[in-house]
Amino acid sequence: MPARALDLWLYAAPFLIVVGVFVFYPLAANVWFSFYSFSAFSQEMKLVGLENYRRLGTDPVMLTAFINVGLYAAISVLVQVGFGLVLAAVLSQAFLGRWGGVLRTLFFVPVVMSITVIAFVFTFFYDPMTGLLNMMLEEVGMRSWTRAWLGQSSTAIYAVIAVSQWQSVGYVMMLFIVAIQGIPRDLYEAADLDGAGPVAQFFHITVPQVRDMLVVATVVTVTGSLTVFSEPYILTGGGPGHSSTTLATHMYRSAFFRDEMGYAAAIASVIFVATMAVSLLQLRIFGKAR
Amino acid sequence: MQTLIRHPARLPVILLLALHAVIVIYPLFWMITNSFKPTEEIYAASWSLPTVWMVENYAKAWRGGISAYFLNSVIVTGGTILLTLAISVLAAFGMVRAETAGAGRAAGLVLMACIGGMLVAPQVALVPLYKMMQVLRLQDTHWALILTYTAYRVPITILLVRAVFLAVPRDLDDCAHIDGCSSLQTLWHVYLPMSRSILLTASVLTAYHAWNEFLFAIIFIDSDRLKTIPSGLMNFRDALMTDWGVLVAGLVISAAPIIVLFIVAQRYFLSGFAAGAVKG
Repeated sequence: MPARALDLWLYAAPFLIVVGVFVFYPLAANVWFSFYSFSAFSQEMKLVGLENYRRLGTDPVMLTAFINVGLYAAISVLVQVGFGLVLAAVLSQAFLGRWGGVLRTLFFVPVVMSITVIAFVFTFFYDPMTGLLNMMLEEVGMRSWTRAWLGQSSTAIYAVIAVSQWQSVGYVMMLFIVAIQGIPRDLYEAADLDGAGPVAQFFHITVPQVRDMLVVATVVTVTGSLTVFSEPYILTGGGPGHSSTTLATHMYRSAFFRDEMGYAAAIASVIFVATMAVSLLQLRIFGKAR
Repeated sequence: MQTLIRHPARLPVILLLALHAVIVIYPLFWMITNSFKPTEEIYAASWSLPTVWMVENYAKAWRGGISAYFLNSVIVTGGTILLTLAISVLAAFGMVRAETAGAGRAAGLVLMACIGGMLVAPQVALVPLYKMMQVLRLQDTHWALILTYTAYRVPITILLVRAVFLAVPRDLDDCAHIDGCSSLQTLWHVYLPMSRSILLTASVLTAYHAWNEFLFAIIFIDSDRLKTIPSGLMNFRDALMTDWGVLVAGLVISAAPIIVLFIVAQRYFLSGFAAGAVKG
């Protein structure tokens, strides 16, 4: 019935237009722009071919950004996926009763807060003179550990990563709680009869049963790390120097501080390829499993 | 205590949860207590309760700019929700209709566009979007945010709504047709009433994203008077210099609505987040 097909295009037209104009066209235009050199406030564009991409290879800041994003991903997978799963498993224990629900709600609260609010609060905590972190270290006799957490190149990226963990671990935890709710109860009952303890049940029932969600959560966390912008931008601006730069903050600086829009587009292409690769990996893993 | 003696294995579980609860609660507690303090007290004793509760910090923050950011966030969030729902409902309805009427290939193409749209990170489109906003004269207007937020939320919203529409019994649809309902009337009188829950879920999810979005908000809006909360707070901090009690009060005002919405509409948040991740 071609009439129904025509109906469909009419109903889907607003969607196709808005997504075409604001999602797919910019994606294609970005690749196009990356072969040019141009400024934000002029219409003039100079074709430079692969020059922007050649520069990426020799840009030391790009290397720092990649290392930082790799650290971001590694720590986030460890904390959010690893600890998130443990939290979810623990919160699903029946003996917690109503407390399970209350804590679940509480642990999710940071997820819904604006990153600006969270980053400002942690800026206070990290303050070298009056911040709580240094004060606590002094209280417990670890004065030599105190430092300017955000103001020192060796610690800035870790201080930034820590804030993301505080905000996002609840999100991944929630994904696992949903996955755990889907595990048949009799698996655990059978394990109880066999005398398997809670730790054994975690590794032999919970982990294999939530395997799909493990993949999803890892992909979400890694792509989140590849595109992370707000946390380093607000907390450190990518500094000191370039020590806490990420791919997205480097793109932003190239575009809006150094006015090298073409170079920024090339960085965006790199981010796109990296996130696509991770997403395709997910599809591949699922394709194999089924 | 007695249950603990009977079940010693529960002790590590309870300790772990208690420790994590402290880690989560403390920054929130700090925010609330320090929002009532004068600046010197935040410096000198940020861990203690305020000696005098300075409620006027809130009035100062509200008058000092937060009220405008707040209103802008309400406008942008409300606009994004309405536009996202309208576009998604129409597209999902068209897809479901097409799928049951032998136009599955066309519906499949729209579905591909949804999935493709979800794979694109907004960061990747930033440079062309910035150029585009200038050409379309949308730069420094709320439309720049509403349209882009909508574009990046619609694909997932269509998938959520479509899943529910697919479950609407065909008989009802046919009945409505026999009763002389036009397609749009069928959508309005049959499909939408049966989808309240997913529409609420989609609304809170969209609200969450629009209320907190940061990157587009700092780039597409230049005027302070048009800024939304996440980007406006940056200006608010710089303008206050060191009036930190007022700043922290501003943070509480900014975070409160979405936290309250979350606690009130928790069910919808959680189902939406879960579905969003799995489908994404």
